[in-house]
Amino acid sequence: MAESYISHDCDVLVVGAGGAGLRAAIAAAEAGCSTHVVTKSLLGKAHTVMAEGGIAAGLGNVDEKDGWQVHFADTMRGGQMINNWRMVEIYAHEVIDRVFELERWGGLFDRTPDGRIMQRAFGAHTWRRLCHVGDRTGLELIRTCQDRAVHTPGVEVHMEYTLTRLLKDGDRVSGAMGYRRSDGKFVVFRAKAVVMASGGWGRMYKHTSNSWEGTGDGAAMAYDAGAELLDMEFVQFHPTGMIWPPGARGILVTEAVRGEGGLLFNSEGKRFMLEYDPKKKELSSRDVVARSIYKEVQAGRGSTHHGAYLDIRHRGADYIKKKLPSMYEQFHALASVDITKEPMEVYPTIHYTMGGIRVEPETAATTVPGLYAAGESAGGLHGANRLGGNSLGDILVFGRRAGEAAAEYAKVRGTAPELRDAEIEAEQAALLKPLDSTDGVKGENPYLIHEALQDAMQDDAGIARTEESLTRSLNAIGELKERAKNLKVGGTRTYNPGWHTCRDDVFMLTVSEAIVRSALERKESRGSQWRLDFLEKDPEQGRVNYVNYRADDGSMRVKPIPVEPLPVELSKYLEDS
Amino acid sequence: MATVSDPAASDVTAHAPAATPQTGNGESVDFRVFRGTPDAPEGDKAYQVPMVPGMVVLDAMHYIQKHVDTDLAVRWNCKAAKCGSCSAEVNGRPVLLCKTRVDELPDGPITVRPMKTFPLIKDLVTDVSGNFAVNRKITPFTPTDADAASTEPWRIKEPDIERLYEFRKCIECFLCQDVCHVLRTHDLHERFYGPRFFVRVAGLEMHPKDAADRRDLVREDGGLGYCNITKCCTEVCPEHIHITDNAIIPMKERVVDRHWDPIAWVGRIFRR
Repeated sequence: MAESYISHDCDVLVVGAGGAGLRAAIAAAEAGCSTHVVTKSLLGKAHTVMAEGGIAAGLGNVDEKDGWQVHFADTMRGGQMINNWRMVEIYAHEVIDRVFELERWGGLFDRTPDGRIMQRAFGAHTWRRLCHVGDRTGLELIRTCQDRAVHTPGVEVHMEYTLTRLLKDGDRVSGAMGYRRSDGKFVVFRAKAVVMASGGWGRMYKHTSNSWEGTGDGAAMAYDAGAELLDMEFVQFHPTGMIWPPGARGILVTEAVRGEGGLLFNSEGKRFMLEYDPKKKELSSRDVVARSIYKEVQAGRGSTHHGAYLDIRHRGADYIKKKLPSMYEQFHALASVDITKEPMEVYPTIHYTMGGIRVEPETAATTVPGLYAAGESAGGLHGANRLGGNSLGDILVFGRRAGEAAAEYAKVRGTAPELRDAEIEAEQAALLKPLDSTDGVKGENPYLIHEALQDAMQDDAGIARTEESLTRSLNAIGELKERAKNLKVGGTRTYNPGWHTCRDDVFMLTVSEAIVRSALERKESRGSQWRLDFLEKDPEQGRVNYVNYRADDGSMRVKPIPVEPLPVELSKYLEDS
Repeated sequence: MATVSDPAASDVTAHAPAATPQTGNGESVDFRVFRGTPDAPEGDKAYQVPMVPGMVVLDAMHYIQKHVDTDLAVRWNCKAAKCGSCSAEVNGRPVLLCKTRVDELPDGPITVRPMKTFPLIKDLVTDVSGNFAVNRKITPFTPTDADAASTEPWRIKEPDIERLYEFRKCIECFLCQDVCHVLRTHDLHERFYGPRFFVRVAGLEMHPKDAADRRDLVREDGGLGYCNITKCCTEVCPEHIHITDNAIIPMKERVVDRHWDPIAWVGRIFRR
């Protein structure tokens, strides 16, 4: 018999309360569904708050020539043409409405002199396109959606709950289970449909801008439930993370610094982006800028702490404080650097994961009936490399679509699915094992397993990869999976981060394996995937996406699926611009 | 895509560059960290943590989790002072742990305790859910019917919203709620919204497109009058929001205008 648990019934369960989750919840509740939102953290703390630059939308407020067509073309090019074109088309169209919607929900944006929404330049966007409010656009977005959601009838939010397993009724998803972090009590949500909006995964890397939450729970849970993962090899290094002091290493330095005119220099005072991309310079796509900094450091031209110098001083103190207030504050507080007087030191940091759960473009439906996915946990929109400003738009556009489609599914399905006690009991036993001190096993420290995984991924499956390094990483993951069977922690079930980390480790190992297996298959360099043993793009590989799936024997497999050819009416936009 | 010249590619390895974070010179720092739950409080426990340049108190808590007590409870997310999760009291002062540099604190043991104003869950983690309940009571953003019906994008002049940017910087760390004596000492959680939510109300009330009137709400349900403008909230705000001067005092003035302006008062009598 399963231990007793807290039980909730709803039409739609939304996993995650960042921008995608909140937008999905609003859509599902507005469609008349009882909607429960679960977050591992407190409301409003999700990774969305870290998005600083803005929302890319072809409003053409500043550059009149802009429109959804150019935005479409830029996004496809940035993704190296292996994006799902239909997702990009929907996105470029609808993000415009989502920006106006946010404003009508009370969200603020910087304005043009004639009172329209201001737009700024950003890497690899042809026109000035990012709707923004200073350098805290993500905070504005999440606060606006948060206030809208808690005032939408039918939305119920559960803070600090961790979900660990999707439940199934036959082929169909029937809900999810996990525990309440505050007291470790088990919880089961029975739901007619589930929206996975759980964000990305960067924590398996040592230098990352991700918070503790970025452990890939959603992708791993969906994979465990039979969903497919797409484009997992593509992990974005944001070119500019902090590098000093050690504790601040990896913290994001917004691309808006370069959007507002920031320049990159090496230790010889040379503006090296003029050489690597003479046309777009500092505002080249993120993969190009990240690799350029990496190469400068490798060649011995790094800054004091082995990074590059990012200099915005020439814009003047008043402008910097107005347009980049949180960067000014961040460097002042954490690094004792006044960015109006000194350059910043930066180095690439793991920031975003382009890959994710494979979804239908129109509905965000996964390959598991009743399961939907949106935002960073889903794959397909960004292809091999995401452009800055396209994630805040992504979460609004596809969060809404996922919420609406899940609501529709819940209504059509009508009856609530069945729960299976055996499934719940087995997961409870697995969760409790690390706390069991009676089995005489010495046990592994979950934090040290995490650290070993970070070493294996950072060095061997990071910015530069080879067959040899990836194989080494895969072997390390295999060994760590074995060691993770013996995780042990002290303490009780009351707010016990060590215990929580045990499950995070398992999720991260699953997702890491997917990254490495796909990276091994893709024997070319494309977007964020930089293979030193295959430096060129391979046109053949440009026609496929790699998909991870669980074989009948439980092992992870990779298969290529063809990239949908671009229809003629859309391909002309790529030629035009 | 512009093609990228790749001069150094053949020389690079698949390893990250050799930037080993410099560690300290063997010094360690003494911490006294509160441990325990309401049922089983253990008091302050002593830890020694190796000093690392630029170390913040949150780094030290993570060191303890990893190497000493894996069950030490501390809330955190972004580690960049942008999410407001890691609020606690260091040497008695409400701060964000991720932003509090160890090298800027006075010598001697550093005490780290949970926020006093909220119910303890465990160690440094408190139950702040009451704050989220307050937010649900506040009338949300409500545009005028005309604005809501308009199909054209809104035109808003920057000077009309400039003062709102400050309020929207709030990261909901609740340090202002923690330090406010109306909540901390007098425990008036049921009758007083607290500084964070006066900032929230001010941001809505001053929005040029908002048509709702929250003055009665903030006076009666919100207990705005309990605030006697000691400015403690402003002092601890990590976003440097001028909570008292720019949010609370203007809200008090608006409430006064509505309730105690003699002409308006007479007018209200006649309207009845």
